[in-house]
Amino acid sequence: MSAHTHTQPQPIGGVIFTRPVIILAAFAGLAGALIVWRFAAGLGATTALNDGYPWGLWIAFDVVTGTALSCGGYAVALLVYILNKGKYHPLIRPALVTSAFGYSIAGLSVMIDIGRPWLAYKLPLFWHWNLNSVLLEVALCIITYTIVLWLELSPAFLERAKSSSVSALRRLGEIGLPIARKSLLWLTAFGMLLPTMHQSALGSLLLLSGPRLNPLWSTTLLPLLFLLSCIAMGFGAVVIEGSLSALFLRRKPETDMLAGLGSAMRPLLVLYLGIRLIDLAVRGQLGALFAFDLYSVMALLEMALLVVALVLLASDAQRRDLGNLFRAAMLLILAGALYRFDTFLVAFSPGAHWAYFPNVTEILITAGLVAGEIAGYIILIKLFPIVAGAPRRALAHS
Amino acid sequence: MGISRRTALKAMAGATATSVATTLAPQESKAALVVPRPDALGMLYDSTRCIGCKACMVACNEANDLTPDTAASGGLWHMPVDLNEHAKNIIKLYRDTAKGEQSFVKRQCMHCLDPACVGACMLGALQKGDYGIVRYNPDLCIGCRYCEMGCPFNILKFEWSKAVPKMVKCELCRHRIAEGKGPACCEVCPVGAVIYGKRADLLAEAHRRIAERPDFYVQRVYGEHEVGGTQVLYLTHVDFEKLGLPAYGDDSVPERARSLQHTIYKGFIAPVALYGLLAAVMIRNRKSSGAAEEGES
Repeated sequence: MSAHTHTQPQPIGGVIFTRPVIILAAFAGLAGALIVWRFAAGLGATTALNDGYPWGLWIAFDVVTGTALSCGGYAVALLVYILNKGKYHPLIRPALVTSAFGYSIAGLSVMIDIGRPWLAYKLPLFWHWNLNSVLLEVALCIITYTIVLWLELSPAFLERAKSSSVSALRRLGEIGLPIARKSLLWLTAFGMLLPTMHQSALGSLLLLSGPRLNPLWSTTLLPLLFLLSCIAMGFGAVVIEGSLSALFLRRKPETDMLAGLGSAMRPLLVLYLGIRLIDLAVRGQLGALFAFDLYSVMALLEMALLVVALVLLASDAQRRDLGNLFRAAMLLILAGALYRFDTFLVAFSPGAHWAYFPNVTEILITAGLVAGEIAGYIILIKLFPIVAGAPRRALAHS
Repeated sequence: MGISRRTALKAMAGATATSVATTLAPQESKAALVVPRPDALGMLYDSTRCIGCKACMVACNEANDLTPDTAASGGLWHMPVDLNEHAKNIIKLYRDTAKGEQSFVKRQCMHCLDPACVGACMLGALQKGDYGIVRYNPDLCIGCRYCEMGCPFNILKFEWSKAVPKMVKCELCRHRIAEGKGPACCEVCPVGAVIYGKRADLLAEAHRRIAERPDFYVQRVYGEHEVGGTQVLYLTHVDFEKLGLPAYGDDSVPERARSLQHTIYKGFIAPVALYGLLAAVMIRNRKSSGAAEEGES
């Protein structure tokens, strides 16, 4: 890692409240107003959720898909700290920021989705814990991991504090930074353990719905498949975020690193596809896979997206073509998102007379939360040392 | 460095593989055997006796302080189209005019011997209480609705219309049992289509009825074995699936997730070991790359 030539992370600087940030913030504000309405009027009046489909967009997208997309921090940390690929180190802080925002949004969505959030303070009361509840594991892990993610970013905030003009903040930075740096290794290890646990547990959640889950998705290997696919989605998210920030912040893209991530995705995708197909074969479901009904088409589509992504990532030259790499990353994120939507909404069938499609309020709240997340990311990298690498230039307009 | 990394990955993959394998293996062979508690109370519903008067629905709402659902009847009377926040108990009609076949069916909580909702509930708001009744305590419910995702019979309902909602489900009138009375639906039934008692007694009675008229009844007591057994039992002369009682196997629903969780998290050894391993590999990698001060941030 000492070999890499990149500079230390630095604040991007520039105007904070640019037009894109203001527009994003307006969307977030609209979502805020709708959230107030949801709490005043209840879930029935404001959402399309019902007793057949008690979990909808907020769980399937904001929580289950959103946290998988936020596995960039986890995926890159595995690469850097466990596989010892130090050259990817500059990607860690930006990935951690997206992860921290993504998990915070997921936590916020859960608080909007649950019916009795004022009792959520009881979750840490261990004498009430039902250790058989997979959801309890997911909830506690996600709460802890969100805190760990922000703590992992504490050096960035403390570095900034150290160079502040306020003397109290300077002192905080000087005292805090060595402590934060010393504890970082232990935090980071924790930050790799927690997603391993809860990303797989997100798959285990549906084991309980087994009798009402389509056999194409209902397997005891759900936790393993969810874990593999979240790491792949994490890499995909880092590629997309790296390409977009290079584009919008007009910086030199980290082509070497992003191409390397593209290469790292391949064994994961092959493993996932292999396990999925072997599992279907062992359970005698290959016939159902090619029945070409709704379920079969959805499952085939998930796998086809991954196969196309693999083809796009086939050669080194293809992976170094950023447009091509970007498309492959999009495809595998789409495949992962589709897998999660399929498992939680399509494959789950509570009976013929139940139906669910998210209504406008649900969609606007989700969109507003994502908008707030993007605005937060932009503001954070402008104020704090997150992004490393190419020299700053031409920043004034974005 | 290369060795430690490989070891770590192998260990991680190994741990996952063993846990998956150990949970898969017993899965196939083991027949679920859930032993009911001796004092387990339940109901026996005989669809062949039910006249569809729905007196049980009215009695249920009265006994449980539920407001009537008049949406489908133009504001006239209690007419829910399924179990919902206004109905813990419902009579439905199955009719096949082509086959000339007809039957009513009464639906409410089955009071499973090993309930999925109890396995789902994070803080134990849903529990198997006295007499094996699946009881609900709103003080420990955060409204996550995972119980609804789990229940194989679609029983649990959420108060969608309220800003301060609770879950709604049949609790076998446990507040009346404390007063020495039985469930309101059983007491009001004019033809004895639904009776109440100890599960063991009801099961014996069900088998007695089948033995008495073997050509008339379907030769099976629904709930004796389904999903590990339920405390509410059904007799009918038509296909159970026609009545919305699916042909589930004998495995209890929460067992699969429970055995997986308990294998992976047994004594919390695996997570602690994985944490130690991750930290050890990180320390080793950091030393070998000689960039201790840079390895952070």
